[in-house]
Amino acid sequence: MALLKQQLSKKRPSSAFSGSGTFSHGVHPPQRKTLVSDVPIEVVPAPEKVILPLLQHVGGPCTPLVKPKQKVAFGELIGRGEGFISAALHAPVSGVVQKMAVTTLPNGRHLQAIVIRTEGEQPDAQELWDQMFGGEWPVKTFQGLTPEQINAAILSAGIVGLGGAAFPTHVKIAPVGEKPIHTLVVNGCECEPYLSTDYRVMVEAAEVVVAGAMLAARAVGAKQTIIGIEDNKREAIDALRRLAGGAGLKVAVLKTKYPQGSEKHLIKAVLNREVPLGGLPADIGVAISNVATMTAVARAVMRDIPLTHRVISVTGGGIMEPKNLLVPMGMPIGGIIDICGGLKKNAARMIAGGPMMGFAFTDLATPVTKGTSGITVLTHEEVRRVDQSVCVRCGRCVDVCPMKLVPTKLAMASRYKDLDLIRRYSIMACFECGSCAYVCPAGLLLVQHIRTGKALLAAERNK
Amino acid sequence: MGMTIQTMMRDVLIALAPMVLSAIYFFHWYAVKQLLTCVAAALLAEMLFTRMRGRKANLGDLSAVVTGVILGLSLPGTAPWYVGVIAAAIAMGIGKIVFGGLGMNIFNPAMVGRAFVMIAFAGSMAASGYVASRLNIDIMSQATPLNAHKQLGAVVSLQSLFWGNTNGSLGETSALACLLGGLFLCIRRVASWEIPAGVLLSTFVIAGAANLMNLSSPWTVAHHLLGGALLFGAFFIATDPVTSPLTPGGKWIFGMGIGALVMLLRLFSGYPEGVMFAVLLMNSLTPLINRLTIPRPFGGV
Repeated sequence: MALLKQQLSKKRPSSAFSGSGTFSHGVHPPQRKTLVSDVPIEVVPAPEKVILPLLQHVGGPCTPLVKPKQKVAFGELIGRGEGFISAALHAPVSGVVQKMAVTTLPNGRHLQAIVIRTEGEQPDAQELWDQMFGGEWPVKTFQGLTPEQINAAILSAGIVGLGGAAFPTHVKIAPVGEKPIHTLVVNGCECEPYLSTDYRVMVEAAEVVVAGAMLAARAVGAKQTIIGIEDNKREAIDALRRLAGGAGLKVAVLKTKYPQGSEKHLIKAVLNREVPLGGLPADIGVAISNVATMTAVARAVMRDIPLTHRVISVTGGGIMEPKNLLVPMGMPIGGIIDICGGLKKNAARMIAGGPMMGFAFTDLATPVTKGTSGITVLTHEEVRRVDQSVCVRCGRCVDVCPMKLVPTKLAMASRYKDLDLIRRYSIMACFECGSCAYVCPAGLLLVQHIRTGKALLAAERNK
Repeated sequence: MGMTIQTMMRDVLIALAPMVLSAIYFFHWYAVKQLLTCVAAALLAEMLFTRMRGRKANLGDLSAVVTGVILGLSLPGTAPWYVGVIAAAIAMGIGKIVFGGLGMNIFNPAMVGRAFVMIAFAGSMAASGYVASRLNIDIMSQATPLNAHKQLGAVVSLQSLFWGNTNGSLGETSALACLLGGLFLCIRRVASWEIPAGVLLSTFVIAGAANLMNLSSPWTVAHHLLGGALLFGAFFIATDPVTSPLTPGGKWIFGMGIGALVMLLRLFSGYPEGVMFAVLLMNSLTPLINRLTIPRPFGGV
């Protein structure tokens, strides 16, 4: 009997949390993380210029506070967030403001951007690292802060979610509103193939992650904090487990499956709760944020440092020397690729982000923004080429859709602009993870079609 | 992953190999001739009709070959060559291309072709024969097991139905071959297992009930499952993705509907067998089933 009990508990190492440690559906794309997962983070010196779009987040753009020819110092506020869902912008270098420019981000948006030409004294690499990740993080001495104070620090630091969606963090990590929060879930899944930014941050700066998580938990009034990590990230799990006990956090080890890093599926995996369709995690008493975002929170609260830099992975078979870099926001990607030894001859496609959810781009002047989690350059061999044919209704997309939608129907309805059908099949539930397109034997551009469908629906609503 | 339409079709052809081999083993050159006629005619028809639509034919996706082989296997070896040719032309033209080609058709193309010749050439579709190699006879012309049972109450042994040394359409006689190929398709996930499972389940239940009501009948549940085109239909015809529902729930409904219709036709209609009509009827319900089985989205109510 005791043996049986032992067996059972072995089967569920997840007894520390109430979820099953995974979700249903999803796909297993090749991970290819080893290209860069063991390369320590390297600090990138200030480039000649940075291009800072006024909208690097979900919500409204910020208002520029600087004029051309004006001198700005490293860390100075240069853009003020407007409205509730927006974010402040700070200078990632010291320098002189140039004329406003229009830049196009990989997601196709044309945006006004502040351009700063670097000039004068810049913090050197070691200084930057020490400020952002180094030294002691005595979080206990900050436990006297009120939730409002923590939230104010997050707001003024211009922090947005660094996992990719770039939702302003002060909205998510907010003091108790009408919906009390019981659990803070910290997202360390990084299910996107190739990328290892969150992984490196967890391995090299576990203490900062934990400090940020404790502050965030205090801000939202959570009774428990769970860090979810996929089981292919052993070192990160160990690093966080060493600190978790003392800090009162739980580390949930989850099955490696795409898209485990999706908010809703992470909550399902660790708490066995479903966020209602069209609702937010707060509706079921959960606040959720990414591990790298937690480090930004710790910096903002404990050291009063705004969000000016982020860690990105520059990887893929088409990159000479894949690296993890701490880069200033706004740095043109071309310069970053140069730091990594340039492109290989067989490089075929550049993607901002990872291969599943990232956006392909061609312009090397494209800047890194707060939401850029990496740059993936694929070779001809890595790019899956299937001639687009037609849907044979095999249903593979239905079998893998983590939102349990019928992607091919959504794509078809979008192509034929059939709004009734688009609604009936709940198009807005799709978060464009790309699992359907990944398995489609006909090579259909399902996500692209669905995006058009969503735009159609939005246009209809605004009529 | 790396599955494409072409590799799916290639898998179907691999899965059809046991039936092609058993057909050649039992029906010798009748099978060879019928299969070659149907495949050639299907390819030609696909080319011709697509050209009539002003499109370029894509024979490389192998879908026309699959339709040709399935059609050939669903015809008796003794049916004259023009029956195969006409069936193939109807299958590709009326069954597929008029709807817009691959992926657009409502009815299983091979069954559309077969239904046409079944009615137009009833005589040559019924009569068949198999070469009894161990006897010194070239060919034995006889009724199919289901027909013999319906007309005369004769019962074929389960062994014959299992191995396939009996009469019938080329691909349907050997239950063993159908199971081998069918399981391969399900394991490769080219066919959805829910469909054959649904067909077999409802056939089993209804045949079982029929058996209980008439215990003395020598035509048992096993005869119903192994005989006729049931296994061939369940694994290879009903599972055509284009004409079957998209969702797991829909696939169960579709499969069980086919099983129920097959048993209805077998027990109460004038036809000895009903797989073809059952599949065609359920094909027509597929859009409705899709609509009724929209899955509950994650987080939805």
